[in-house]
Amino acid sequence: MDDVWIPLALTLKVAAWATAINLVLGVAVAFGLARWRSPAREVVDSILTLPLVLPPTVLGYYLLVLLGRRGVFGAWLDRLGIELVFTWQGAVIASTLVAFPLVQKAARAAFEAVDPQLEDAARVLGLREAAVFFRVSLPLAARGITAGALLAFARALGEFGATLMIAGNLPGRTQTLSVAIYAAVQAGDDRTAGLMVAVVSVTCVVALLLAGWLAPGRVRRVRA
Amino acid sequence: MSVDVAIRKDLRADDRHFRLDVAFATDHRRIVLFGPSGAGKSLTLRAMAGLLSPDAGHVRVDGRTLFDRDAGIDLRARARDVAYVFQDYALFPHLTVAQNIAFGLHRGWLNPRRGHRDARVRHWIDTFELAGVAGSVASRISGGQRQRVALARALVAEPRLVLLDEPFAALDPALRGRMRAELLALQARLDLQLLVITHDPADVDALDGHTIELREGRVA
Repeated sequence: MDDVWIPLALTLKVAAWATAINLVLGVAVAFGLARWRSPAREVVDSILTLPLVLPPTVLGYYLLVLLGRRGVFGAWLDRLGIELVFTWQGAVIASTLVAFPLVQKAARAAFEAVDPQLEDAARVLGLREAAVFFRVSLPLAARGITAGALLAFARALGEFGATLMIAGNLPGRTQTLSVAIYAAVQAGDDRTAGLMVAVVSVTCVVALLLAGWLAPGRVRRVRA
Repeated sequence: MSVDVAIRKDLRADDRHFRLDVAFATDHRRIVLFGPSGAGKSLTLRAMAGLLSPDAGHVRVDGRTLFDRDAGIDLRARARDVAYVFQDYALFPHLTVAQNIAFGLHRGWLNPRRGHRDARVRHWIDTFELAGVAGSVASRISGGQRQRVALARALVAEPRLVLLDEPFAALDPALRGRMRAELLALQARLDLQLLVITHDPADVDALDGHTIELREGRVA
């Protein structure tokens, strides 16, 4: 059973970290984009959406170029003693990148749906901008953001291409479920592969059901 | 003069252009800005509250300068000590009635807790007979109650000036008369400095204050 539990635990760890990072990064970028009045906004939005449409192997290649030992940032990180290639932290970065647009897009839509008058009301009542964000904008956008985060979690669970490129396939260290499934099928171990496929499928269905339940559209219909 | 306003602002949207050029000064405790929609009443209110930055002019309340383009003064909305009651009240839908009223008393990063009852909050809940709905979410209460919550939220911090944007427009006619009387009684009792904007001549008559008529961005 360790064939399943070890990659499952690693996958959950990687997906949880990727989702947590995106909750901070994706929400911050989304809030900035929702408030930024500039023609460049949609260009930036398009670039940030690229991970959704580019093949994960292409993203993995970019990450290798940037973070590999001879990469732009990699050389700098190497001097600090930080190694990302062939580590589970590398897998977190791959999953974070691939799932980023899912959180960012959901969060931006949620922030844009917040009535600006409520934020003005908070300002007139004496709040600083940071307090307006944490007490009005964020709570009102929370459902949309949570739905996006669940989608991102599901996406990170299934991440394969970029993860394989940067983290590799080291059993017990960087071998996530989707990579382990590939390895099991290659080795002809259909029983283990089938079990892992079932685990991933069930987890993703649950995450999608939760995301659908939390989606803003449904909330409005219920309240109306 | 307790309220002294002279502001100019050019607004452009697509190919349309609107110039707000409003000046008035009065020491009346009830000021009414009257005019049709699109006359610039709400823009004037937003500029006074610090939600809109005029191109030129000044805003002074009780001798305190809130905005003065020439002197480079433009206090943030949070520092103006001016309350604003929005037309549709802008109650926070994720908070209870009591939390809405307490909102401005705590200025940190966390909303007041549900069970928390400051003495000032209790006072306004009692004054406006909101005890029965104090724990309800703002979206679940009636129109008249909503207006009372918005007023209580504005008054709890004892502002120098209360701006009210069409405070009676969202109410049905029967309730409108009652809420007018209620607001007038409150104004007289607390000697509140009010500035009310309205398009309704009946409000102008009832409030019986210093009326300034606006048309197309100017004092008529």
